[in-house]
Amino acid sequence: MNMYEIIFYFFAFITVASASVVVFSRNIIYAAFSLLFTFFGVAGIYVLLNADFLAITQLLIYVGGILVLLLFGVMLTTNTVNIDIKSGSMNVLAAASVVAALAGLLGGVFWTSDWFVSKQMGELPAQTTSKEIGTALITTHVLPFEIASVILLVAIVGAAMMARREGIKSQIPSSK
Amino acid sequence: MENILAFLNEPAVTMVLLALIPLVFILVYALVTIYFEMKVAAHIQNRLAYMETGWHGVIQPIADMLKLLQKEDIIPTDADKFLFILAPYLVFIGTYASFAVMPFSSGFIGSNIDLGIFYLVAASSLVVVGLLMAGWASNNKWSMFGALRSAAQIVSYEIPGVLAILGVVMVFGTMNMQTMTQMQDGGIQNWLIIGGNFPLGQKLALFPFMFILFIIYLLSSMAEVNRTPFDLPEAESELVQGYNTEYSGMKFAIFYLAEYANLFLVSAIVVVMFFGGWTSPFGSFMSGTVWSAFWFVLKGMSFVFLNIWLRWTLPRLRVDQLMYVSWKVLTPFALFCIIAIGFIMVI
Repeated sequence: MNMYEIIFYFFAFITVASASVVVFSRNIIYAAFSLLFTFFGVAGIYVLLNADFLAITQLLIYVGGILVLLLFGVMLTTNTVNIDIKSGSMNVLAAASVVAALAGLLGGVFWTSDWFVSKQMGELPAQTTSKEIGTALITTHVLPFEIASVILLVAIVGAAMMARREGIKSQIPSSK
Repeated sequence: MENILAFLNEPAVTMVLLALIPLVFILVYALVTIYFEMKVAAHIQNRLAYMETGWHGVIQPIADMLKLLQKEDIIPTDADKFLFILAPYLVFIGTYASFAVMPFSSGFIGSNIDLGIFYLVAASSLVVVGLLMAGWASNNKWSMFGALRSAAQIVSYEIPGVLAILGVVMVFGTMNMQTMTQMQDGGIQNWLIIGGNFPLGQKLALFPFMFILFIIYLLSSMAEVNRTPFDLPEAESELVQGYNTEYSGMKFAIFYLAEYANLFLVSAIVVVMFFGGWTSPFGSFMSGTVWSAFWFVLKGMSFVFLNIWLRWTLPRLRVDQLMYVSWKVLTPFALFCIIAIGFIMVI
């Protein structure tokens, strides 16, 4: 085992272990916090694949944005801090069939794909991918890029509309 | 002897040793800054502060540290033990990880990656999760509100802060912090705050926008380290002490250390972006690997001083004023600056 493999198994272990906590933990706060380690492990694996921009974006978007939003949601929707919020299981049959179908699909993709595994993966020269990604985004993939930006703009305008509360009888007194 | 040298030459050992250099710096810096902050605060308020331990109380921080080390480490009975213990380390790791891309001198940078400043923004998001964890695990309403306020404040001030960074990245055309610094080399007239190392017309056009971006980043960085006038998360009269109310002993000390490390970090980012990083203000005079480390720390410490100065001068903002400044003042100005910089750099 060389250094590269040790680091890979370290990140893989973190990802799998924390992901199983997310799924199996009965305490929803533990599940939310262990998502942090899942995202971190995935980011580490991206770094090992020389996808530096993707790794940092993963941390920025998922940890800095989505996870914080999730934690706010969990923490603000409970009335007290004393009661543990539990997650239970329901609709077992339907869930099991959907999961089985998804697992079969993923397994099929896994076995049929042509994996690019290089022995010299660890020794590849570290080079940035941000320039190529930037160029690709505004040349080859400009249409999806623009569509995403329009969707984000719509979301911002919608959020501003909902926050305005002008002409709507609001329960919350204005802070001004 | 030869065995020791061979051991030190192992790549893994060298990596660990190099990674420890910023830690040594942070520990020494924290001791100095605790003394510095107390003294500056006292003199601003016409007091003397520590005078008993050593000459003008210079060994007081060491005495404070020894006291903290001996203190009982209390974990409240109803606290979530696991998360309670994990939280301070997570906060410190988030801050310490950011030091990896900090160009301390022309000869030393932890990791000279091309996405340096982007990485810094991402690593600081770990801190937010750590604070929320501390607030939740303490099982205390004050801690909880402190953590929520802190997280909300950091997340909303990240927007003008990142927009200001984006403006600077557009000027330099790189996110590598070492390259950014090198592009400002050659004396005070090449620093970005004066317009950078560009032809005269472009320099004059850039100057006002750079100054606005500097102010925007300075304000949002102060909000990000939770210091006055943005210290609502630890408003003593309302929240006791905020997210670290229940922490004592070494765990409290780690929060404290992370806070001071974060203070230097944001000051250092300001220095790298606008004030030439480790470059000497006199061109090639007093430049070199060691001198550049000296300039970097000196410039960083002067911004730490600015933060301390403002902390003991200004009153605290209200929460609606806080959001007003972020969303209605800093963000539109930052967006305007980005558009203007885009035009200037193209023409």
